[in-house]
Amino acid sequence: MITQKIVDPEKIYDPSEKESLFITGSEAVKEALRRANVDMAIAYPITPQSESMHLAGDLFAEGYIKEYFRGENEFAVMSSVAGAAMAGVRVFTATGGPGTLRAFELFPTWAGARLPIVCSFMTRGINSPLTIQPDTIEMACLLDSGIIMLHAETAQDLYDMILRAFMIAEKTDVHIPVGVFCDGFFVTHTRDTVEVAPAEMKLPPYDAYSSPVPAMDMENAPFRHMRDPFVMKSNFISYATHASWQQEVMAACERSRKYIQQYLGSLIETEHPDSEILIISSGTAISQGREAMKSARAMGLDVGLVKIKSIRPFPEEEIRLLARNAKHIIVPEFNRTGWMAREIKSVIEDTTKVIAGPRVFGGMTMPPESILDEIRRCSK
Amino acid sequence: MLTKRYEVQKGPEGYLPPAAAMMGIVPSEPGTSLVEGQMVLQETAMEKVADALLQAKNPVFFPGPLILWAWKEGVEEKAQAIKELADAAGAKIIPMPDYRPKYPMINPEIEINPNHPNLTIWHNNIDVCLFVGVHCHYANIALKLIRGGTDCYTIALCAEAGHEDAMISLRDVGLDQIRQITEIVKKRKETQK
Repeated sequence: MITQKIVDPEKIYDPSEKESLFITGSEAVKEALRRANVDMAIAYPITPQSESMHLAGDLFAEGYIKEYFRGENEFAVMSSVAGAAMAGVRVFTATGGPGTLRAFELFPTWAGARLPIVCSFMTRGINSPLTIQPDTIEMACLLDSGIIMLHAETAQDLYDMILRAFMIAEKTDVHIPVGVFCDGFFVTHTRDTVEVAPAEMKLPPYDAYSSPVPAMDMENAPFRHMRDPFVMKSNFISYATHASWQQEVMAACERSRKYIQQYLGSLIETEHPDSEILIISSGTAISQGREAMKSARAMGLDVGLVKIKSIRPFPEEEIRLLARNAKHIIVPEFNRTGWMAREIKSVIEDTTKVIAGPRVFGGMTMPPESILDEIRRCSK
Repeated sequence: MLTKRYEVQKGPEGYLPPAAAMMGIVPSEPGTSLVEGQMVLQETAMEKVADALLQAKNPVFFPGPLILWAWKEGVEEKAQAIKELADAAGAKIIPMPDYRPKYPMINPEIEINPNHPNLTIWHNNIDVCLFVGVHCHYANIALKLIRGGTDCYTIALCAEAGHEDAMISLRDVGLDQIRQITEIVKKRKETQK
């Protein structure tokens, strides 16, 4: 292990000297964790995530992470991670697909307990029939779990978002989990150039004393609430308290907007945003959209692109304003339900502009030509 | 879509009022404060705190665990300064020693609880209250419940990022800021004589 120095986060996020590495998405996770001053990482394997937590174990062996172990299963891992965060340490884990669903109860529990856990979700299809292939359907399940959701398009995004997620999650007025999502295999198992900060730098440690809830104590909430929950009482006060608690968790997610803007620049990125036709999506669907946009523009068609980086909080105002000028909005997705198209329809004024597709799933690739076909149909 | 700007006013606002953050109220930036949802300079907010306390019929401070227990250096001095502010403003003190829901019932004469703060406010006819030293999550829950069910005017002196659900919210409040408010209160009282 090399000797590291704690520096201002801005120096890690925008270092004067960067190193270019040609690495996989899983290796980008490792490089982010190396600089994140993580106290604890807990692992359980599942394809396509296994390699990232394997590499986190290598960091433990090298001395960059203080504690590391394998849990019994995903539910146990997410429970252990909750315990670590309640005790006041910076903790990381990762999962994907069926692993996400197996542990599902814990994600709203993390948010409700105001735990600043960072978890990477390497998405894949969920049963049945069994598939290990890329698919973003698990993200639809997590939309209302209370966690912040960032969606990486590339290995660079994955590195950047994980390293920034700790700072966003740990703000006192936010202090809820951040899920950093990437499309399994497309991002995790392919190599790309990733610019990283010098390995001698690391983030400042987590300050648990600024938490909006007390550290673990059986006589204090949230532990006491779990042991003697007010929801078990049948009266208006207990119901109103629970409702107010949930509203506060939603408010915490809302407050994260300004920190996402601070650390990631914005909740969206745009190319040719004033175009008649906009391709709006997230993750690798936007990579395919970008190729389609380039082809379309070469043909003289007026097409732009909107990459959504933050799924929760959703960039409602940004999308609403962009949609006003567009005549057509194409939403390519790697899932069968079209959850992103639904999200977009829920915030824009004229939902008839939205073309909810093309959509592929079960591991199918999405040829840019399939998006180009939609562009051609809109242009007629 | 919001057509009218939401204002954080004293209640009772209704059966289940929204969290102010969900209505477009953004936490104040360092050096600024929130007064009824509007960002103002911290000095302006301090004046408003003094006004609210001195105009109240029954102002009460609700100190929480972060200031009731000497858990780190500097807390005792801060607690002393809060006591001086309460004395200067003629405010009573009812502590919030912990966050456990109190069943079968709370004694509202001697304590307040974030899960049912309205009981203490109703029982004691409190028209202005000041939160200090309460963990942010619990302060926000309580402030919203108070706005929902009572007509009490709420003030939060927060050592962290502040509370949009309070009618007056000061952030990054330390010993100096508390003493500054005390001085303003004392000066106001002098000029009112």
